[in-house]
Amino acid sequence: MNPTTELAPVMTWASLQPALPEIYLTGAICFLLMADVFFGHKSKRFTPTLTLLLLAGGAVVTWLFANVDERIVLFGDSYVADPLAVVLKLFGFLTIALALLYSREYLERRGMMRGEYYVLSLTALLGIFVLCSANSLLTVYIGVELMSLSLYAMVAFDRDSGIAAESAMKYFLLGAIASGMLLYGMSLVYGLSGTLKLDDLAAVAAGEPSLGIILGLVFLVIGVAFKFGAVPFHMWVPDVYHGAPTGVTLFLSTVPKIASFAFAFRLLAHGMGPVGPAWQDMLAPLAVLSMVFGNVVAIAQTNLKRLLAYSAIGNVGFILLGFVSGTAAGYEAALYYTVVYVIMTLGSFGVITLAARQGFEADELDHYKGLYKRDPLLALAMMFLMFSTAGIPPFVGFWAKFNIFQALWLSGHVWLIVIGAAASVIGVFYYLRVVKLMYFDAPGDLPVGPATSFGVRAVLALNALAVLALGIVPNALIQLCARVIG
Amino acid sequence: MQGFPILSLLTWLPIAGGLLVLLFGDKRIQAGRWLALITSIAVFLASIPLYAHFNAGTAAFQLTEQLPWIPAFNATYAMGIDGISLPLILLTTFITIPVIVAAWTVIEQRPAQYYAAFLIMEGLMIGVFSAMDGLLFYFFWEAMLIPMFLIIGVWGGPRRVYATLKFFLYTFLGSVFMLVALIYMVVKTGDFSIAKFHDLPLTAQEQMWIFFAFLAAFAVKIPMVPVHTWLPDAHVEAPTGGSVVLAAIMLKMGGYGFLRFALPITPDAAREFDWLLIGLSLVAVVYIGLVALVQSDMKKLIAYSSIAHMGFVTLGSFIAFDIHANTGNYEGAGMGIDGAMVQMVSHGLISGALFLCVGVMYDRVHSREISAYGGVINTMPKFAAFFVLFALANSGLPGTSGFVGEFLVILASFKANFWYAFLAGMTLILGAAYTLWLVKRVIFGAVANHHVAELQDLNYREFIILGVLALAVLFVGLWPAPLTDVMQATVQHLVQQIATSKLPL
Repeated sequence: MNPTTELAPVMTWASLQPALPEIYLTGAICFLLMADVFFGHKSKRFTPTLTLLLLAGGAVVTWLFANVDERIVLFGDSYVADPLAVVLKLFGFLTIALALLYSREYLERRGMMRGEYYVLSLTALLGIFVLCSANSLLTVYIGVELMSLSLYAMVAFDRDSGIAAESAMKYFLLGAIASGMLLYGMSLVYGLSGTLKLDDLAAVAAGEPSLGIILGLVFLVIGVAFKFGAVPFHMWVPDVYHGAPTGVTLFLSTVPKIASFAFAFRLLAHGMGPVGPAWQDMLAPLAVLSMVFGNVVAIAQTNLKRLLAYSAIGNVGFILLGFVSGTAAGYEAALYYTVVYVIMTLGSFGVITLAARQGFEADELDHYKGLYKRDPLLALAMMFLMFSTAGIPPFVGFWAKFNIFQALWLSGHVWLIVIGAAASVIGVFYYLRVVKLMYFDAPGDLPVGPATSFGVRAVLALNALAVLALGIVPNALIQLCARVIG
Repeated sequence: MQGFPILSLLTWLPIAGGLLVLLFGDKRIQAGRWLALITSIAVFLASIPLYAHFNAGTAAFQLTEQLPWIPAFNATYAMGIDGISLPLILLTTFITIPVIVAAWTVIEQRPAQYYAAFLIMEGLMIGVFSAMDGLLFYFFWEAMLIPMFLIIGVWGGPRRVYATLKFFLYTFLGSVFMLVALIYMVVKTGDFSIAKFHDLPLTAQEQMWIFFAFLAAFAVKIPMVPVHTWLPDAHVEAPTGGSVVLAAIMLKMGGYGFLRFALPITPDAAREFDWLLIGLSLVAVVYIGLVALVQSDMKKLIAYSSIAHMGFVTLGSFIAFDIHANTGNYEGAGMGIDGAMVQMVSHGLISGALFLCVGVMYDRVHSREISAYGGVINTMPKFAAFFVLFALANSGLPGTSGFVGEFLVILASFKANFWYAFLAGMTLILGAAYTLWLVKRVIFGAVANHHVAELQDLNYREFIILGVLALAVLFVGLWPAPLTDVMQATVQHLVQQIATSKLPL
């Protein structure tokens, strides 16, 4: 196959339309950067508000003009627009808007509400979008790096904080190694298959896979596992979640999860689909270790951000289980789990962000003693979110786990269900502990300060209510996930 | 009546009422209290037409409702009742009223949340008993843990955190197995309809796994030896209302689960392992009876007595196979199940009443220790009369509801094996021993200390709730026919189901 003989088709407006979200976002980033330079100093709230407006505009543009209902490939087969990408991008707009909204006053109090922060969050989003639509190894890599580099900078954004600098350094070093692994794996796969395009790769891999391809695959799986934060590539997760300013942790724990799903889905499920059994066997132990390790170690935590970091590791195990099942039902379940997990995590880190006050982080578990009395709304929201993350009906987290179990059953992975069920029972303990602190214990002596504005709190309340509502009537979201994967 | 979604009304009305009480908040609690009371009475009144319109002549689900719920999982919002769920729903709507009333002046800390938790709980429990869809059943079954977790944890005693976590983790662990069994079956039948599960042919090995999965869930809930240890802790630490609901209704869900799922879905596994269930039931009756004897805490004593009484429920439910083995037919099997059902209703009334009685004393003296009392009859004669009545009912005095259930089960076990009946009959001695000894130490004798000397007798509110429960206990004891009649057809159908092997010949 010689790619130079094919002339690229003439680019017209219509042919570019499916890539509109990325084009719009790139323009928006430039516009935001300029607008911030010229008008940012006039009002503190100017850039944050403009960012939210741009995000809303992006969602509208995506919905109206790039809402494809079939699979379209562009740019020499290296970019794909399909319903999955559209849904992930719309969800990305929503998630990042909520994350920025929740953290607005947090950033303001800590002097981090600067234009660069918002620009960086949009470049991270652009990376995520590229990843969602990646259809060649190169696009995958560009997406991953664009996202990761923005995130490293965001973690280090509070430059006076020693712990943030330390965690950014750890994140960057480990992330760079993981990127190296990924790139090495890609070069092996490219060298042996002669193609970068995931569509062609799927065709090449369909034959008898050579040992070299499998070797490359190992490194690709490592790259995916690192981005997800699956054991044993999870070391960065607790430190970064803990060390980063809470507003950044909120961002870090939600938006990139969408990208991790897209990363695994495009690269493994699509590109390496024909060698599915090989990477499924690799992912299965990672998933099991993540579930068990994450849930067990979370029990011993005294810091809520760290606790939720281990909880994230445990939940990633469940998402990977969906991939392990290797069926459309499994990918649907993994997508549903990812979406549900992001909604829940937005809420729970949102609570931590909103509970923080001037000069006070509210990240130790002890800070949550008697929260029901100091702030009934936050306590109630957190209770909903904890029960949901624990996977207890009537909250949506239950359906996410149920969906994974059902997919695993259909693909015959009975033992993984047993381990997953056991891990979720263990997990219940520490989620209940948070509820216990908030509701059963007497309030401690904590600094008080002006609470976050009513509007933001109302949005957080809606977020918690969504967790309940989606749990009582889960059908629409489940079917949406099924439709875009199918 | 047909077409009106009465079961949904019963399920969601208390939940809506609970949310409304929550919105009223602690500042307008007087209004919240009345709202809670009115809601619970309205739900009880709304449940009476259930009985009136129930056709006792058929075993099919009645008053059914069907709405699409999660087509993606083939789960429907399907509600309906038959002869074994109807009495339990009525029990639930009935018991909630005294629970609300009993809290009237007693709960001072966060009262709005207290009433809301119980009302939401009531709705979820009715949902459990009326779900005809396996996933809907599981949904309500698990959701119920959350209000109970909070009830014990917020309003409980000094060791409430330990007790409530233990309660939650035990029951959650058991239920997870049931979920796996449900997933297994739905892959075979195509949807979550419980009726389809009943007709699903299963091999001996499949039945064994499913049976044990159900056993894990229901044995913890009911609870059976050796997974009963959460119950005494939960009961001791729970506030009065929590103990009442736990004993009167939540334990019954284990028994209901055996009758609704384990027996009809896996009859052959139940036949094969009935020795285990019967053995554990007899251990519960005899050994736990002895354990109850040595308790020094009144609530713990009643909690152990509950476990012993639940032994009759499991014994009555699983005796059918031995009756068949012994007599060659299934006559008498229905009697065992009848006995189990009557025992559930009766124990709901009696244990609920006993916990309320302990609550009455606790509110005055703030101790549950038997040794802190003595000679209560001298200062609280009206209360003493009620307490003695419920204690006698608990030990199975003829004329009270406690007698009917135990008698039916013992009679049925005679048909199976003399020794079963003998051991089960030990309850007549043990039950009488621990309850009467309790009465002797607490109620009779000389006034033990100045706390007892200062006791005030029942106020009118306490008098009414204990009086109504006493009437119910006597009513079921003297004239159980209205209760047994409604479940006759369903029990016969159930006996038929368990008599029919699912194995290929």
